[in-house]
Amino acid sequence: MNVPTPATGNGHRPVLTVAALSKAFGCQCVLENINLQVHRGETICLLGPSGSGKSTLLRCINWLEKPDSGQVYLNGERIGVTTGGVLMGDRDLSTIRTRIGMVFQHFALWPHLTVLQNVMAAPVYVQRRPKAQARAEAESLLASVGLSDKRDTFPAKLSGGQKQRVGIARALAMRPELLLFDEPTSALDPELVGEVLVVIRKLARDGMTMVVVTHEMDFAREAASRIVFLDRGRVVETARPDSFFVAPATERARQFLQRYESSSTRSTSRGRPQSFA
Amino acid sequence: MHDFVVVWSERALLLRGLGNTILLSLAATIVAFALGALVAVVLMSSKPYRRLFAGFVDVMRCVPFLLFAYIVYYGLPSLGLNLDNWSAGLAALTIYNTAYMAEILRGAWLAQPVDPIDAGYAFGFTGLGHFRRIVLPPLLLSAAPVVGNQIIQIVKDSAFLTVIALPELTHAASSIQSRHYIPFAAFITAVLLYWTLCLVIEACVGCFGRLAEARR
Repeated sequence: MNVPTPATGNGHRPVLTVAALSKAFGCQCVLENINLQVHRGETICLLGPSGSGKSTLLRCINWLEKPDSGQVYLNGERIGVTTGGVLMGDRDLSTIRTRIGMVFQHFALWPHLTVLQNVMAAPVYVQRRPKAQARAEAESLLASVGLSDKRDTFPAKLSGGQKQRVGIARALAMRPELLLFDEPTSALDPELVGEVLVVIRKLARDGMTMVVVTHEMDFAREAASRIVFLDRGRVVETARPDSFFVAPATERARQFLQRYESSSTRSTSRGRPQSFA
Repeated sequence: MHDFVVVWSERALLLRGLGNTILLSLAATIVAFALGALVAVVLMSSKPYRRLFAGFVDVMRCVPFLLFAYIVYYGLPSLGLNLDNWSAGLAALTIYNTAYMAEILRGAWLAQPVDPIDAGYAFGFTGLGHFRRIVLPPLLLSAAPVVGNQIIQIVKDSAFLTVIALPELTHAASSIQSRHYIPFAAFITAVLLYWTLCLVIEACVGCFGRLAEARR
């Protein structure tokens, strides 16, 4: 079903391109003219105050929310609209969604399936890969997130950190070209955040292409290739983490970071306090 | 006590009635559940014909089953649709309970967390596959006690079909009592058999409950 895309002839085509994307709920504009390119191996951290549209942007990328206007391309292939210019049917949308992994804030594991079945479900039922192969791959993914011993457990019996690691393994099982993280650690108890970030950092080092919505500033500073700062539905600033955290270009970002600095010096559990020297 | 000996001597008739009750209830349960699940899908969708199905569910829930069985068996022939008593009985029982099953599943569906359902779409599940693999199993686990209750209701409703001469358990008990004038023994025996059926159904629901408990 995949329409082959014309080869662009260079290896620099972005994995993800978001062009002039806008989205409103009713008359409230949530995203306005978003432009974003993510290249292979990049980790983009989407930062911004709550309500700034970060999660909606992620959901527009894989068309869980239909954008009102603008385009989204995965490796040059338009998402949501066929080459003929009509809206994609379920089948086409499904095919392209399997190429994008998603990790949810509240884990969103399937409660009736065991950990192993959660990881195998999409490869077996959607991608129609051979079951034995999917199982072997799922087992090795669970081993890589340190959960081999939980394979036959139901999600309800896991801790938050374990659930999220299963969520990551489940997303990786589809062999996605792009991974989306929607605040992967904000539903976790502080002492469980670390175990999840370790996994995401390792993915970043291994060259996975990722877009991560997060409030973990330390993580963003050290793992992001670029920071995209959103405020009120607009991209206010795009910068490398070293310059963004040290000398944000916009007043809005500076205020945002200041609030984080004061809150993170209050709680010592998140490690070193921010410095803007 | 002598009366129960008479009932015992008519056990073949009673057992045939019990068999027919089981058959009717089982067939109605399976079909009503399957159709009810489909209707629930429509009720939860934004399809324009959703209202039509919502209307069907509302009407069925407000009609007494006995009356509905009368309409299907005695009323439809005047519209040119003649059904024998088996088809009419089974159709009435099935259609009536489809509405209830749909409503039960819709209610349980509304109470499900939305995230895992979204995740199903995000991971490429679509349409009926999404419903069958992602939505329905947790729905079934949480709705099992209510569905079990409805199955018991189906068993009891099937007793009404005696009025259209369907040879089910109540019909058998009533023939035994009219043949031998032993209403108490005949009907108490039937009641005990219905009760046994309900115990079996509750045991099945209990199994589902344990499956759900492991996942909670």
